[in-house]
Amino acid sequence: MSDSEKKIRGWFGGGRLLWPVLSLAALLLFNLIFAPSFFHFEIKDGHLYGTLVDILNQGSKVMLLSLGMTLVIASGGVDLSVGSLMAVAAATGALLVTKTSLPFGIVVPACLALCGLFGAFNGLMVTALRIQPIIATLILMVTGRGIAMLLTGGQVITFERASYVYVGNGHLFGLPFTTTIVLVTLVATLWITRRTAVGLFLEATGDNETASRFCGVPTARIKVLVYAFSGVCAGIAGLIASSNIKAADANRVGEMMELDAIFAVVVGGTALTGGRFTLVGSMIGALLIQTLTTTMYNLGMPPAIAPVPKAIVIVAACLLQSAKFRDALRGLLPRRATT
Amino acid sequence: MKSFTPFNRRGLLGLAACLTALVLTGCGPSNDSSSSSAGGESKPSAKALTVGFAQVGAEGAWRTAETESIKAEAAKRGVNLKFSDAQSKQENEIKAIRSFIAQGVDAIILAPIVETGWEPVLKEAKQAKIPVVLVDRGIKVDDDSLYATLIASDFVAEGKMAADWLIKKTDGKATIIELQGTPGAAPAIDRKKGFEEGIKDHPDMKIVASQSGDFRRSGGKQVMEALLKVHPEVTAVYSHNDDMALGAIQALEEAGKKPGTDVIVVSVDGVQDAFKALVAGNMNCTVECNPLLGPMAFDAVEKAVKGETLPKKTIVHDRVFDVSNAAAELPNRKY
Repeated sequence: MSDSEKKIRGWFGGGRLLWPVLSLAALLLFNLIFAPSFFHFEIKDGHLYGTLVDILNQGSKVMLLSLGMTLVIASGGVDLSVGSLMAVAAATGALLVTKTSLPFGIVVPACLALCGLFGAFNGLMVTALRIQPIIATLILMVTGRGIAMLLTGGQVITFERASYVYVGNGHLFGLPFTTTIVLVTLVATLWITRRTAVGLFLEATGDNETASRFCGVPTARIKVLVYAFSGVCAGIAGLIASSNIKAADANRVGEMMELDAIFAVVVGGTALTGGRFTLVGSMIGALLIQTLTTTMYNLGMPPAIAPVPKAIVIVAACLLQSAKFRDALRGLLPRRATT
Repeated sequence: MKSFTPFNRRGLLGLAACLTALVLTGCGPSNDSSSSSAGGESKPSAKALTVGFAQVGAEGAWRTAETESIKAEAAKRGVNLKFSDAQSKQENEIKAIRSFIAQGVDAIILAPIVETGWEPVLKEAKQAKIPVVLVDRGIKVDDDSLYATLIASDFVAEGKMAADWLIKKTDGKATIIELQGTPGAAPAIDRKKGFEEGIKDHPDMKIVASQSGDFRRSGGKQVMEALLKVHPEVTAVYSHNDDMALGAIQALEEAGKKPGTDVIVVSVDGVQDAFKALVAGNMNCTVECNPLLGPMAFDAVEKAVKGETLPKKTIVHDRVFDVSNAAAELPNRKY
C-alpha cells in the first residue's frame, strides 16, 4: 500500500468508510450523467431548493434511526422496534398538540421520554431477562404499533400547530431544519461515544461481553443505555415523520423503516456481530438508501420493478464491504506493479 | 383485476340449490355445525340472524367507516353480529371464518385482505351451507359458487370518472403526474387502468410520470417532491387515493405552486380531509369510493339466507365531488 493510499484510507476512518463513500459517489455520478436535474439548485423563499436538499430532508428519519441502531448493533444486539416507536412518538405528539394546549417545548421531551422508556424496556428484556435482542425488540415492534393505533383509535390525526409543523418542514441556515436536528444528534452522539468511556465500554461489550464484565465493564447498564438511546432516536424520527405531513398515521408511519436503518448501519461499515462501530458510516449508508429511492423516482422507473435495481445496488454495496469479495475481485484483474 | 370468473350458470344453480336445501331442510346432510345455522325452525327470517363479519383490521378512516356502517346496520336490523378484526393478516381472517362456521352463523361477511388463497375455507363454509358475502374487494376463485355476491365499488370506473372530470376541466390538455397506490393492489391497478382508458382518446392528456406513493400521505409528498424537480411543467396530479393527494398538495405548496390553481389535483376516495381540501380550494376533485356498505351488505345477506339468487357482483354507486358540491357534502362526511 502506497503512502498516499494510506493517507486516503486514514481520512476515511481506516478504510471502513471508503467503500460506503465510493458507493454513494458512484450513485451520484450515475445521476449526474443520466438525470442532470438531480444537481439543480435554486433559492426559493430564502432557502435551498433541489433534489439533494430533498434527500437530506427525507433521509433524516433513517439517519436518526441508524444512529441509535449503530450503537445497539455495536453492543451485539439489534432493535426491530424503532419503526413502531416512531408511530408511538407520532401518535403521542399529535394527540398532545391537538387534545391539550401543552406548549410544544413540553410535548417533545414527553414524547422522547416515552420512547426512551420503551427503549429501556427493550434493554431490560435483553439484559435482565436474557431474551435474544431480535425477539425482545420484536415484541415491542408488534405491541408498539398496537399502542399507537390504540392511542389514535386507528385514525389519521392531523394538526396545524406551527411549532410542530416547523420540525419537519421548517428551514434553518437555508437548509431543512431536519438537517440541523441530525447534525446536532450526530455530534452529541459522537462526543459521548468518542470523548467519554461509553464508546469504549460499548465496543468492549459487543466484542466479548463476558470478558468485559469480568474486567468491570457495566455491560448490562451499557446495553440498557443504548436501547434507550435508540428509542429516543426513533422518537425524534417519529416526530419528524409526522410533522413532515402534518399528520400522524399510526398504521403507516415508520413502517419497515427498522430494516432501512439496519441496512444503513451494515452498509456503513458496522458489523452485525457487534464491537467496533462507525456513526458517520451509518449516516452515509442512510443517505445511500434515500438517494437510491429518489433516483428511482427521477428515472421514472415503474414502481413494480423499482425494487430490482434497488436490490442490485444494495447487493453491490454489501459485496464491496466484504474484504474477501474485494480480494477475489482483485485477483481477476491484471496485477499492477506496486510502488 | 375484477377478473371475476364470468357469470357461471352452473355454479349459481348449485349455490341456489344449496341455499334452497338449507332453507327447506334446515340442516345439512352430514354436517353437524350447520344444524344450528338457520335453525330447526322452518323460517329463518323469523328469528334474529347471526352474522359473522371478518374485517381486515384498522387501516384508516375509510375502513373504520366501513366497519361502523356494517355494525350500525346490524344493530338497526336486530342482527346478532360477530365481529372479527384480522389485524391485516389473511390467516387471522381464515381463522375467524372457521370459528364462525363452528359457531354455526347464518351468514358470513368477508372483507378479503388479498385476492387469493380462499378456496379451502370457503369450501368449508359452503359445506356448512353458510352463504358468504364479500365486501369491498374481490377474490380469485375457480368456482364462483363459493361466495354469494361481491359488494364493491368499480375501481376501473372510478379511474375513468376521474379522467372524465379532468378532461372536462382542462379541455383535454394536461401534463399529468400520476401517484399510484401500492404496486399490485387491486385499487391501484384498476384506478390506473380506468384513468388510462379515460384519457385514451385525448392525445394532449399526457402522463409524464407515474410513481407509487404506497397509498400514504408521506409517500405522496416524497414522490411529488422528487417528481416536481424533474417535471416542473406539470399541470395536473392524478392520485389513486386522497391521502397521497393530500401529501402531494403539501409538496406543491412547498415548491411555490398553488395546488388547485397552478396544478389541478384529482383523486379518489372522498375522505373527510379531502373534502376540507376541496372546500379550501387546494384540491379540485375527488371520486368517492363509498365505504358505507352496511345496508347493501345486509340486503344481500338476507336474500342469500332466504335462498334467493344474487348477481355475482353488486356495484356500489360512487359519486364525483368537486368545488361545486363539496361544501354541501362536508357536514355529512362521517369518515
